[in-house]
Amino acid sequence: MEPLAKLLEAALFAASRPLTLEELASLAPSEGDVRAALDDIRQNYQEDHGVELVEIAEGWQFLTRREYAETIERAQFALRPRRLSPAALETLAIIAYRQPVGRLEVDEIRGVDSGAVMDKLVERGLIEVVTRGEGLGRPLLYGTTPPFLEILGLKNLEDLPRLDELSVALRRPTPVDEPE
Amino acid sequence: MQTGPGFVVELEKFSGPLDLLLHLIKEDEVDITDLPIAKIADQFLSVINDLGLNQAADYLEMAARLLRIKAQMLLPRRLGDDEWEDPRAELVRRLLEYQQIRELVDWLGHAADVRAERFGRGYEAPPPDAPPAPLQIDLNDLLAAAERVIALIPEPMLHRVVPRPLDVEGATARIHALLAEHETLGWKEAIGPQATLVDVLSTFIALLELAKRSVLTLSQPEPFGPMVITRGTPREAA
Repeated sequence: MEPLAKLLEAALFAASRPLTLEELASLAPSEGDVRAALDDIRQNYQEDHGVELVEIAEGWQFLTRREYAETIERAQFALRPRRLSPAALETLAIIAYRQPVGRLEVDEIRGVDSGAVMDKLVERGLIEVVTRGEGLGRPLLYGTTPPFLEILGLKNLEDLPRLDELSVALRRPTPVDEPE
Repeated sequence: MQTGPGFVVELEKFSGPLDLLLHLIKEDEVDITDLPIAKIADQFLSVINDLGLNQAADYLEMAARLLRIKAQMLLPRRLGDDEWEDPRAELVRRLLEYQQIRELVDWLGHAADVRAERFGRGYEAPPPDAPPAPLQIDLNDLLAAAERVIALIPEPMLHRVVPRPLDVEGATARIHALLAEHETLGWKEAIGPQATLVDVLSTFIALLELAKRSVLTLSQPEPFGPMVITRGTPREAA
């Protein structure tokens, strides 16, 4: 591998979270194409390795291959995170597609009070207040965070299924605020 | 209407009234866009009753909504020439929207499960609930700590409370005596020389009381000027 690829490999190995393209580029500002170097690393790890370089949460991270999950977990070297409750997933789904979105709209779509669930998601760092809405009381509006992409293994929000790909296609009453 | 044998359901199974409605619709295999509202409403009421969900406000609100729609179905409103308002439209829209969310929940849940099978570096096991380590401390440390705590205790504010009853009776008697000798008095003469706060207050209350009883008249010739005490009522004095 090129020297740049080796440097990036070291950084990705040392980090315990996905590193973004900008973060990786800042390591060696003058040295060539970071993307090409990442491709180089990825191909290197494609075979003969128990870990692979994965594009995730708008960055890159070394992750173990899926086939070893059970063995590693049985030995308790690492444990899967607790699964999210259906209520948490419902709330996340609404926020992911409607962001920025206020608590009232989430309540309305779910048909139940979602305050406690949203507080927990904020605590877990999966959603955050991104802005305040217009109108009465200028309500807090929520959006998803990089850890949200991380726990779902998504590269970015565009990895979510498009609404018209679902079996229940629904036309939204208001224009779609597509996330950037 | 009785619920069929298909409705063996548990409370925790539903994340809300919309979820329960979708469940009923699926059980009945009816068209969501052409909801048999009377039937669904009856089933909904029966289920929330059986499950003890009738305490939950969210379910009650939905029950009320269903009954209202059921009533409106009997008397639909005309929108245009041959257009009639469908009272179910808003509910159907919400149900479809919610159904879509449920579909996304399945997708997100699956994505999270797949992601959970890969481990990143830097895994930290949750710390075990170890008992706190025994305290290692010598006597001087302990005393110093105790002193620091004691220093933080605020000095209690103590007041000695002395009963000082007002002597209104005495003041009344003194004013009577003074008025027996003088037609008018100044305020200063009334309170007497070297008056204490208690004397001033006692005299003032006595003067007010005597004025009320028309024994004397209080006047103040100019603003903030000295008060003048005159024997008798104003009419007599005039």
